[in-house]
Amino acid sequence: MASKTIPGVNAKPTTDLPVLLPLNPRATMITDPVGFSRWVSGLPLWVWPAMVAIIFLWPAAALAQSNYTYTEAVAALFKWMPLLVTSGFFFNVLISLLTMILGTAAGVVLGLMQISPTKLISWPAKFATQAFRNSPWLVLLFIVLLALPFEVTIFGVIIVIPDWVKAVFGLSLPIMANISEVVRGAIQSVPSGQWEAAESLAYTRQQTLWRIILPQCFKRMIPPWMNWYAILTMATPLCSLLGVEELITLSRQAIEAEDNHPELLVPFYTFALMIFFAYCYPIARFTIALEKRFAVKL
Amino acid sequence: MNSENWTPDQPIVSIKDVHKSFGDLEVLKGVTLDVMKGEVICIIGPSGSGKSTLIRCVNALNDIQSGSILVEGQEVHDPKLDKLELRQKVGMVFQQYNLFPHKTALENIMMAPVLVLKEDKDEVEKRARALVKKVRLEGKENNYPGELSGGQQQRVAIARSLAMRPDVMLFDEVTAALDPETVKEVLVTIKELAQDGMTCILVTHEMGFAREVADHIYFTDRGVIVEHGPPDTFFDAAKDPRTKEFLSQIL
Repeated sequence: MASKTIPGVNAKPTTDLPVLLPLNPRATMITDPVGFSRWVSGLPLWVWPAMVAIIFLWPAAALAQSNYTYTEAVAALFKWMPLLVTSGFFFNVLISLLTMILGTAAGVVLGLMQISPTKLISWPAKFATQAFRNSPWLVLLFIVLLALPFEVTIFGVIIVIPDWVKAVFGLSLPIMANISEVVRGAIQSVPSGQWEAAESLAYTRQQTLWRIILPQCFKRMIPPWMNWYAILTMATPLCSLLGVEELITLSRQAIEAEDNHPELLVPFYTFALMIFFAYCYPIARFTIALEKRFAVKL
Repeated sequence: MNSENWTPDQPIVSIKDVHKSFGDLEVLKGVTLDVMKGEVICIIGPSGSGKSTLIRCVNALNDIQSGSILVEGQEVHDPKLDKLELRQKVGMVFQQYNLFPHKTALENIMMAPVLVLKEDKDEVEKRARALVKKVRLEGKENNYPGELSGGQQQRVAIARSLAMRPDVMLFDEVTAALDPETVKEVLVTIKELAQDGMTCILVTHEMGFAREVADHIYFTDRGVIVEHGPPDTFFDAAKDPRTKEFLSQIL
């Protein structure tokens, strides 16, 4: 069948009037600023019992191939559970909170620099934002690990920088860049009429930004900001590669202490997954609820 | 001429041979007009003729490529000009109202005098309440813009500009976004303002209103002033064929 000819689209236009081309879906694709939270919050709650089932059923299924008993596997997990939570996952939360504080502070500054009318300020800020936003987090972590000295001497006092502090610095970089984009996007989402109205009332740029623009878009920044917190928390196990004693590192050590039985892998790591899910799911639900509320009320 | 030897018997706004381009598109091709103190002028013309651009140049929201715009004898497009000082003298009202949505009507009016002019808050509040009364919005002081109709928002926007006690007011198609039934209340407010002796430059599509309030009408088309004159002569005895054609379409 011959394809239909449409003047101005796949044939010569018959008029000199501009023809509206069909939407190019790729060009108009908008990335969802709270996509991760939307996905997590949309997960059905049976995911949780399903994970519990995996923990209990996997050793039973694997039992046939070894003489390590089912009771032993589950008992091992229960034995290590308090340590995994109190000392392991607690450390993930600590790292995520410190990283978020540091990354947000730096990201807000970088985001405001991005919208500066001075190119000397805005260009480096844009470059840094894009560079850190588009680099693999693990690569950034390794660079910080190797670039930062193992100890610093301040006024003759030797201060050792522990690995987890380096991890906080390393994870702060992508968070900083993404928060920078959140800030820039929120500011630029305010209609330009607001800037013009303030300008015509003789507001300075600083007054316009702090009194008119930022109060309007502050609320809009909260859902994507929380979304990044959830993503960051999920990324903290990367620190285990730096030897930081967080949940995944401790899980691995616990499995080793239990003689490395392969039956232990699935229960232990599923348990880790459950803790992350339990922590991030409410955050994601809250993020989406806020996002809906702010979308209506502005 | 500079601001020191400017006297009120000279034009308060003097636009001379202004050229303005957006990229390759020249929107103003040599516009000249004078506005005396207390005068009300209306700029009319088909869309895309450069009317809005012209008045946005008067308070330096847009820059110009050549020519000169003097406000009280001061060159607006002098790079050394203090834009903030200029904008305290020239108020502007927009088509889309552009009220600050996170502030109440009264706060919208009070903010600029307190923040920019650093005036005493109690005194500004007294003045702001008087302005609210003037634009007939008593009882709406503590409403947020989102709770007001378009016509009410536009009147708050007028009061907000007046709170800065400007010498000249610019109105950029202020009724174009309004429902027909609320257009009148805004026009009445502007008319009263004109009767009080405020210098007004209006860009408008309301021909009846222009005829009623304006001292002088300017008709622009494709970046030039085609014809101008006092309202009666302009509307009844237009000479240029372009003006005639425009008027025949719109009246």
